[in-house]
Amino acid sequence: MSCAIETWEISKRYGSVAAVDAISLCIEPGEIFGLLGPNGAGKTTLIKILTTMTEPSGGQARVWGYDVIGQASSVRMNIGVVFQDITLDDRLTGRENLDLHGRLYGLDGRARKKRIEEVLALVEMADRADAVVRTYSGGMMRRLEIARGFMHRPNVLFLDEPTLGLDPQTRARIWEYIKRLADEEGVTVVLTTHYMEEADHLCHRIGIIDRGRIVALDSPRAMKDRLGGDVITLKLADANDGERLAAVFRDQGLAGIISKRDGELSLAVARGEEQIPRVLSLASAAGIAVHSVSLHRPTLDDVFLHHTGRAIRDKDAGEAEHLGHRMRSGRR
Amino acid sequence: MASIKRGIDAALTMWLSEMLRFSRSKSRIIGALTTPLTFMLFLGPGLISGFQLRGGGNLDFGFFAPGLIGMSVLFASLFAGGSIIWERESGVIKEILVAPVSRFFLALGRALGGVTIALIQGILLLLFAHLIGASYVSLGGVVASIVVMAISGLGFMGLSIALASKIDSTEGFQVLMSFMTMPLVLLSGAFFPISDLPAWLAGLVHLNPLTYAVEAIRYLLLGSSSIPIRLCLEVTAAFAAVMLWIGGRMFGKIRV
Repeated sequence: MSCAIETWEISKRYGSVAAVDAISLCIEPGEIFGLLGPNGAGKTTLIKILTTMTEPSGGQARVWGYDVIGQASSVRMNIGVVFQDITLDDRLTGRENLDLHGRLYGLDGRARKKRIEEVLALVEMADRADAVVRTYSGGMMRRLEIARGFMHRPNVLFLDEPTLGLDPQTRARIWEYIKRLADEEGVTVVLTTHYMEEADHLCHRIGIIDRGRIVALDSPRAMKDRLGGDVITLKLADANDGERLAAVFRDQGLAGIISKRDGELSLAVARGEEQIPRVLSLASAAGIAVHSVSLHRPTLDDVFLHHTGRAIRDKDAGEAEHLGHRMRSGRR
Repeated sequence: MASIKRGIDAALTMWLSEMLRFSRSKSRIIGALTTPLTFMLFLGPGLISGFQLRGGGNLDFGFFAPGLIGMSVLFASLFAGGSIIWERESGVIKEILVAPVSRFFLALGRALGGVTIALIQGILLLLFAHLIGASYVSLGGVVASIVVMAISGLGFMGLSIALASKIDSTEGFQVLMSFMTMPLVLLSGAFFPISDLPAWLAGLVHLNPLTYAVEAIRYLLLGSSSIPIRLCLEVTAAFAAVMLWIGGRMFGKIRV
């Protein structure tokens, strides 16, 4: 099998809105693949299609060789899913949650017992396994869910925003668990995230998804390299000058303009430190006042900005709303 | 065959999880145990003193025991579907729906969970009623009446699952269930003999599936009923089969 997951022009429309718009991709066996994009970009919808939780409006998708529509139950047999919201039964203990999961996936008593200890050890939860889930922290619930997702030895594991709403330390630990699990079990991992560091740190390849389409797909390193060596960001005194300055730079052969917004202009250039004087003199020749200049290596933020024209952080309001919803609807 | 075994395992898993949750919830345990007792203590004596048969004579208390049992099974089964709404609201249902198991068996497992609790209440009522004077014709009849409780409980549980799969708020579900239980109980012959009713009322009573369950239990416990036992059993079993099928279908259509 050349692709663990393969889609052909897969689409999902809600009314006139295309949440997923003709996405074709191949995710290779054994890789950690990230879908990176703001909330509402279509990540979760794509995951729902691939996990057979919703049917596509058009196109085809195969997961581990099985069609997501015609062979849904074979697909389900081969995947593990960690949903965006917590889906543990919080009135039961961690061990009971794992045990019920093992039973649903047809593991017999002995295999279940052994496997529960294994996955608990992997996420370092053995000492809290017999406490009721209600008493866990958010990070512990996540770890237990990841352990559960691995429990039946799936070939493909889907993680939808695995570290959403967790503090940085917990997030780093979860990354380590995901890496370790992927290495030790050789599982293909598909995760969605809107955290750049997460995609950068974890994923072999990422697909940048925006408004239902994959706008770029490569390894984080290749994406950043493609932008050029460095990124120069100019903060302009007058935001209205952005367009004019961009035109000046283009005329002078500085073509790597990543973006201009909110009075900031970013350029991708080779040997950025040598280009700063030139850039500044061009600006002053054009009579445009520059407030400040910064130079940095390209990040995935720049890549994202380059491909979508927007910073992924523009979604912050949406995230706050989402977390609020999660708290309201979740635990009782 | 393998997939049927997987299905049965999954149904048992669903049952087990419901039992675990039940055993963790003190309020549910207390509620389940005290409800039948309350029915018996407060409803029973009132009913006996309030009724006089045409032509004189009081109804024996034993007459009401099957009605109280039927009502209790109905309440427990209908409201048990609420756990599906909780699962949807909390997101737990996603974990269940993404499992490689037929949704029908998942729904069946849920139904078995609800029916188990309904049966505990029904059996408690059987015992209480016996302690305060109801006499049953035979032990075999008592056992058979428990089987009837289970089958009719499965039917109402199927109905409850079907509705819970469609309704997305706990409040809405509670309102609808309260709205349904009232006419089902009142038009069932649980609390009055159905042999001597005005035609319009008799018609409604005979359309009510609970009537047949109550009459079957009455026959099995007391030795007589207004509707032939065979018809009672047939209707109760058919109702259960149809409702479980519908409940399984509706549960299978849940999208999250």
